[in-house]
Order: sequence, then structure tokens, then C-alpha cells
Amino acid sequence: MNMLDGLIKAFQLIFSGDPRLIEITLRSLFVSGSAALIAALWGIPIATLIAMNSFRGKFLVKTIFNSLIGIPTVALGFLLFLTFSREKGPLGFLGLLYTPTAIIIGEALLITPIIVSLAITAIEAVDPEIVNLAKTLGASESQASFAVLKEALSGILLAGVASFNRAIGELGIAQFVGGFIAGYTELLTTGIWVELQIGNIETSIALMIILLTLVFAINLALNIIQRGRKWAPLLYSET
Amino acid sequence: MGAIAVLRNVTKDFAKTTVLDNINLQITEGEILALLGPNGSGKTTLLKILALILKPTKGEIYFDGVKVTDKSVEETRMESTMVFQKTVVFRASVHNNIAYGLKIRRMPDNKIGEKISEALRLVRLEGFEKRQAKKLSGGEQQRVALARALALNTKLLLLDEPTANLDPKNADIMEEVIAAANRELKTTIVIATHNMFQAKSLPHRIALINDGQINEVGTPTEIFGRLSKTLASFAAVENTFTGTAKATEDGTTLVDIGNGVQLETAAQRDGAVTVLISPSDIILSKNRISSSARNVLSGKIVEILGLDSIVKLKVDAGKPFAVQITKRSFNEMQLSLGNEVFLAFKASSVQIL
Repeated sequence: MNMLDGLIKAFQLIFSGDPRLIEITLRSLFVSGSAALIAALWGIPIATLIAMNSFRGKFLVKTIFNSLIGIPTVALGFLLFLTFSREKGPLGFLGLLYTPTAIIIGEALLITPIIVSLAITAIEAVDPEIVNLAKTLGASESQASFAVLKEALSGILLAGVASFNRAIGELGIAQFVGGFIAGYTELLTTGIWVELQIGNIETSIALMIILLTLVFAINLALNIIQRGRKWAPLLYSET
Repeated sequence: MGAIAVLRNVTKDFAKTTVLDNINLQITEGEILALLGPNGSGKTTLLKILALILKPTKGEIYFDGVKVTDKSVEETRMESTMVFQKTVVFRASVHNNIAYGLKIRRMPDNKIGEKISEALRLVRLEGFEKRQAKKLSGGEQQRVALARALALNTKLLLLDEPTANLDPKNADIMEEVIAAANRELKTTIVIATHNMFQAKSLPHRIALINDGQINEVGTPTEIFGRLSKTLASFAAVENTFTGTAKATEDGTTLVDIGNGVQLETAAQRDGAVTVLISPSDIILSKNRISSSARNVLSGKIVEILGLDSIVKLKVDAGKPFAVQITKRSFNEMQLSLGNEVFLAFKASSVQIL
């Protein structure tokens, strides 16, 4: 089969609304979406604490998070495999190996440094007088911190989108701790690999097209946000 | 009239520098008090302490007769608000900027809308609600900041050099609104300034602050009337000079301010005087021009500070003179540091304090 044939068949699969493709796509979105959400839930408070306080070793902490952005997914995936391994892993008793939960945890760990580093940059870019402004208008300490986060909102959104982007496109962690259980842990990235191994090249191509389309759409959204002061009103509700 | 705020023995250190040194000050209900002093004298720090957004290293603050404690600070902060010298606005619409403090005070939405239009009318920015605050000009942003503060109707309003970076038009509007807020809304106001003209016309009382200490407090007549040594020592205060006056035969007065500089003034006085000239009263030219101006000095441009639509220049003409011109004139005249220029101003522009 040549590449053109594969492409045509792949598009036929996509437009026929193949239930398996839909299921894999939705699972991928769910897994990376959950990972991004979890990473944001702990990453943004961590970033806020680091960005808004001065303490000894602040530079070191920021450098560590920055360096961790580049961690190879294969290495993190393998480490998590050893941790979750049902027989000998320290967390093996949780029975998480080869479950979507394990992938979510792994991807959340993978993207935490991205969200922390980018959110720190966004928060630190906010005018330091915003805290004083909020306070003199009556805000409490926590309300003033929230005002700073709101000023950094577009940057933090960027951090979230970039993290999601990284999660949905990674293969190493999904392979090591998710395996290839059809109808359970199969994702767009692992699906491309597995389907190729068993000769279903058109399914592989279809999954690749979906993945690329999603990533492209996400990047487009990211660009719009970046471009965007004219879009800014969308981010701030007029009440 | 009672005291709305009292500072007792307030000292503020930053690292090893003492910025405020044992300040005792009472702010009386209903007054406009000007903190007059050169840049770096501690005015901003004093205002931030009054605004309760900066904690003094030592000393006590009383608000409405009650001592402010760590526990009561957030609640007491609601009673005052500050407008900063460097304008700060939220990245949001003008409406949401002004609504911020009102929402914190849990005002119902329909009343918030009313308050906002009222505040915008005061600062003459009607209909600006939906505009993005960051996209406005510097002068308009500062007026939004003033509207945002006025909308809260706090007992105490703290203004840090509110007109320092503004062009004359915006500065005039700000000054009118500040005076009106005090007159009509009965807001007690503390205004930090290094602008003598602002200090002379706007406040009921003036506190002279220098090197973190309050040297004198009094009414403008008292402060400007007696030749205040502190006032005279404010070298950083623009275009204020001390010298010896000598009446001439034709009814004017010549004031020798030292370094060979003599100024002619329309007022009749003899002896030691302090004079000042508004930076916007001085005409700047590249060549000596013949005009009715009695005072013509030549000097060199030693400093250029570009603002929104105006440019502030410092010209060394034996004594340093601050001159304010529009950005357009500045560009047309192609001025740069070190240029030889002429300063001309009328005898009536030289005011004797």
C-alpha cells in the first residue's frame, strides 16, 4: 500500500466516524486534560508561592523547575514503571500499572515543571505595585494575591495550553505505565505505534492526522492568546 | 474637628537605611494636608504607612482614635485609599478597574454601575466604562486611578504626586477634582508633592518633610510667609531660589539669587526673599529673542525628561532652572543635552513667597 492509499483510507476511517477512533481520541483528550488540570491545581499554587515571595535559594528552585522541563519521557516513564510495578514497585500495591490513572499521574508529573516555570514567569511579569493597589482598594492578602494571578491570567493560560500540548503528544510514559490495552489504555500516541506494528497502517495514519489536527488547533489557540490584546476582553468578563 | 489619623513616633527602616525618622503627625478631619518635600524625602513611604500597606518598623498608627493592630489592619484599610505616583491600572476595562474596590465592599451590582458613572463624571471621563484601561493615555489612566479611589468614598484619600507626570491639561483636571472632592464629598486628603504651586494653592496645611523627618507644619501663609529655612533648603524643589531683593526706581524689584543671576520681579520687596517661577511660565529658545519678557538668561541643557506629551528640561543658567515644553516643540527645536539655550520669563512670573 502506498502512502496516498493509506491517506485516503485514513480519511475514510475518520469521516466514517469509526467508533474506535472516537474512543481513542476522547480517551487521549481525557487523559491529557486530566493531567493538565492536576498539574495546574498543584503547579499554579507552587508558582504563586515561588513568584510572590522572596526567600533563600529562590533562584535554585526556579532553575530546578526550569531544568526539569527537559526531562526525557522515556526516563520518567521507566522510573514510574519501576515505582508502579505490581510485584516490586514501592507503589505497586495501588494496582495502578497499565491503567489510565497511571498515565494521568505520569503526565501530570511530566508537565508540572512546564506549568510551574511558565506561570512563575507570567506572575513575575506583573507590576509589583498591583499587590499594593489591590490592598489600598480594600483587598485582603489572599484577594491581593488573586488580583496578581488575574493580571497574569493570559500567561497562566498559555502555561496550561503548553502543558496540555506536551501531555497529549508524549509517548514514553503512556507506553511504560499504560501499555497498549485496547479499549482501556490505548491513546492516540500509543495507538499510532501499536497499529503500525500489527500492519493497520491506515488506522495509524488516521490517528496521526487526528493528533496533528488537535495539536495544531491547540497551537493556533495558543497563538491567538499570545497575539492577543484584542482578544483580551474575552478573558475578562464584563460584569 | 477630630483627628482622622495620627502617627506617633513612626520610624521606617529599609534594610539599614532609615527612610522615616520618628514621625509625629496628625491628620485632621476634612482638611487637605500637603506633604511638601524633595524627591527621596520619604513622602511615598509616609503615605504607604498611612494607607496601611506598609508596616512601620517602630511607632503607632491611630485611625479614628483607635490604634491599628495586625488584627485590625485589613478592616481599617477599607477607610482609606491611595493613588500612586506611577499610575497602576488592572489589565481590565475602566468599569472593572473602578468596580474592584466596590465589589470587595460587597456593593450590589446596580449601585456599582451608578457609582462608576458618577466617579467618571467627576474626572471628566464620561462614557469610558468599556475602554481598556491600559490603552488610555497616561493622563487618562491617572484620572481613572483617581476615579477608582473617589468611588470608594473613603474617609481618607492619599495622593502621591498625583500630577507629577502629567501634562498641564490633565494636571489641571486632577487638581480641580481633588479640590472638589474635599469641598463637596468632605474627603480628608493627604497629598504628597514637590510642586510649590500645588502646595501653595491646594492645601489647608503643609507639612515640610526632608530626609525622613517632618521639620515644620503650618498653614500655607505661615509656611510661605515666614522665610522657612527648611523650605529654602529644598534644593530639589523646582525653580525655588533664595536671594536678596532690592527695589528699583521703576517700581520693580531685582533679586540676586547668587552665581551672578539676577531676576526681575513685579512685586515690591527688600531684603531676604524666596522666589519661585513656574516651569511652564518659562519660554525656551535657541537664539536670543527680543520680547517683553524682563528676564532673559542663557544656559545649557543638563537634563531631559520625556513624559506623556510634555518634556521637562533642566537648564543650568548659573542656577538650575526647570523648564517644561510640549513634546512637539521639543522635537521641532531638535534639542539635545548640552545645547546652549535662552530662557525668557516675565517679571510677573517671578513670585515672591
